[in-house]
Amino acid sequence: MQARPQFKYLPAGDTALVVEFGDRVDRTSSGHVVALAQKLRDLAVPGIVEMVPTFRSLMVHYDPLRLRQTDLRARITPLVDGMPAGEQVGRRWRLPVCYDESLGPDLADVSARTGLSVADVIAGHSSVVHHVYMMGFLPGLPYLGGLPKEFELPRRENPRLKVPRGAVAVAMSMTVIYPLESPGGWHILGVTPVPLWDLSRDPPALLDAGDKVTLVPVSLREYEVLLAKAAAGELEMAPETQPEGRPSA
Amino acid sequence: MTTVLRVRSPGLMTTVQDLGRVGYQHLGVPVSGALDPISLRAANLLVGNPPDTAALEIAYQGPVLMVEADSVRIALAGASAPVEIVSPDVDGGSELLGPLQSVRLQRSQIVRIGALAGGAVAYLAVEGGFDIAPVLGSRSTYTRAAIGGFEGHALRAGDAIPLTLADVAERQEQMLPSLDLGPQKRFRIVLGPQDDYFTQAGIATLLNETYTVTPATDRMGMRLDGPKLEHAKGYNIVSDGIAPGSIQVPGNGLPIVLLADRQTTGGYPKIATVISADLPALGRLVPGANVVFEAVDIETAEAAARQLAAELAAMPERIVAARREPTVDEAKLMGENLVSGMVDAREGGGQG
Repeated sequence: MQARPQFKYLPAGDTALVVEFGDRVDRTSSGHVVALAQKLRDLAVPGIVEMVPTFRSLMVHYDPLRLRQTDLRARITPLVDGMPAGEQVGRRWRLPVCYDESLGPDLADVSARTGLSVADVIAGHSSVVHHVYMMGFLPGLPYLGGLPKEFELPRRENPRLKVPRGAVAVAMSMTVIYPLESPGGWHILGVTPVPLWDLSRDPPALLDAGDKVTLVPVSLREYEVLLAKAAAGELEMAPETQPEGRPSA
Repeated sequence: MTTVLRVRSPGLMTTVQDLGRVGYQHLGVPVSGALDPISLRAANLLVGNPPDTAALEIAYQGPVLMVEADSVRIALAGASAPVEIVSPDVDGGSELLGPLQSVRLQRSQIVRIGALAGGAVAYLAVEGGFDIAPVLGSRSTYTRAAIGGFEGHALRAGDAIPLTLADVAERQEQMLPSLDLGPQKRFRIVLGPQDDYFTQAGIATLLNETYTVTPATDRMGMRLDGPKLEHAKGYNIVSDGIAPGSIQVPGNGLPIVLLADRQTTGGYPKIATVISADLPALGRLVPGANVVFEAVDIETAEAAARQLAAELAAMPERIVAARREPTVDEAKLMGENLVSGMVDAREGGGQG
């Protein structure tokens, strides 16, 4: 059996409790967060209302009329003891992204800031397996980690008032994909035609914390075809069934 | 025939809200829901609804609504506001509805809700609720992502809000003699989750100074003005979850209490959390109101939650039959020499 992961409880009032595995963004903490959320979901603890996985902690929202915080802590502590040390393997996705400069207005700027050519920015961004640390900021918006240090960029000095739906953008060596048109301050490299948020789906968000995502470059022409399919509701996305599956797009 | 409430004038910010959209925060969907769930519950009870039925949340300035259904029963609870019932078919037909009581309205009558006093929000419930499909389990409006409520947005002039019931039975109208919504000044908090990001002086400032609600307050957060809170180690954390009532403190040192439309995660340190029992009263505060914070432990917060739940559970027992004393606009009637009509209206009323 593995040693118990280091963690601490942080009170967030009488309706939420933070279980914190670290104070940095790292895969090990994220793995613990996702694993603990899964264990608590499986146990269906009465009084737990919902759980929000984040980079390094799990927020457990609970009903103080049904569950006291001391009892909640007593339920969680033994679960952490038996948790696997390694990262959990979530679903694997391959998402098409068009990195054409007409859709990636910050490609040149990121190229200048990183010292990489535009082609190498695209290659670097699409050759790694991204890890979904958490969902937040907007319904269905994933925070993806896994980029090399070159992408450790501050956000734009002037955030855009309108970032288009589907925009794939980087900052702080992370990637976000905007599920809806929104203001945003990250550097836009491209756009995915895949709807990340669709209320006619259950659940409406395509991704969830713990998932793995590979971004597959597509041409402007392919992008337009896929976008038209998505608009017609004919772009079916499914996670890969095999760990080393083929492109689905 | 239609079965809607027609929006003649939307008010400042009128949205459909229930007790919120629970279960989707892990996908980035805020909970939303009523800023003051106590008043929502009261309004619903008065018209005979379950307490979590979606109603209209009215902020600061009320709407003008026309009944385009055979009949509808309404009640307003929360901040006090003049509620004028206008009957266009009757000369000078206008009466004021007393606070915290139900009334049955007929087709083409107009309800005109004025400026709110003593609080930021009030709730207009209709018997049977609105015929609006829930989105992700709730009818609450989250305007930023256009989710829920009436087409995802605050009411606009001309909107037709569908009613579940085309007609409601005549029966004894109900009233609550009182609802203790007096302005509260002291709000209890539990320190954390990131109180270690503040100096001892910063925490002392939060606990000892008086803060003022600013006009930049909205359904997402209550922005407070007052002495700055001193950070101990910067004001950026790795984003983590946000609880209802979280007090986040960005770089300017001024606290923001996160309310119903709060984001699910955030990257500013949160010095403390307002306890759940005190959140409805906080949600009612208007710009300019003073706020003082008092630290309590979790056990105290949990006991307060139980006490509030017991009080809410007892609310139905406090409902009584409404005295039928329409507060007719007497001056208007006198001016039009219709005093006898007013007397008739009283004689025709129900039992007290």
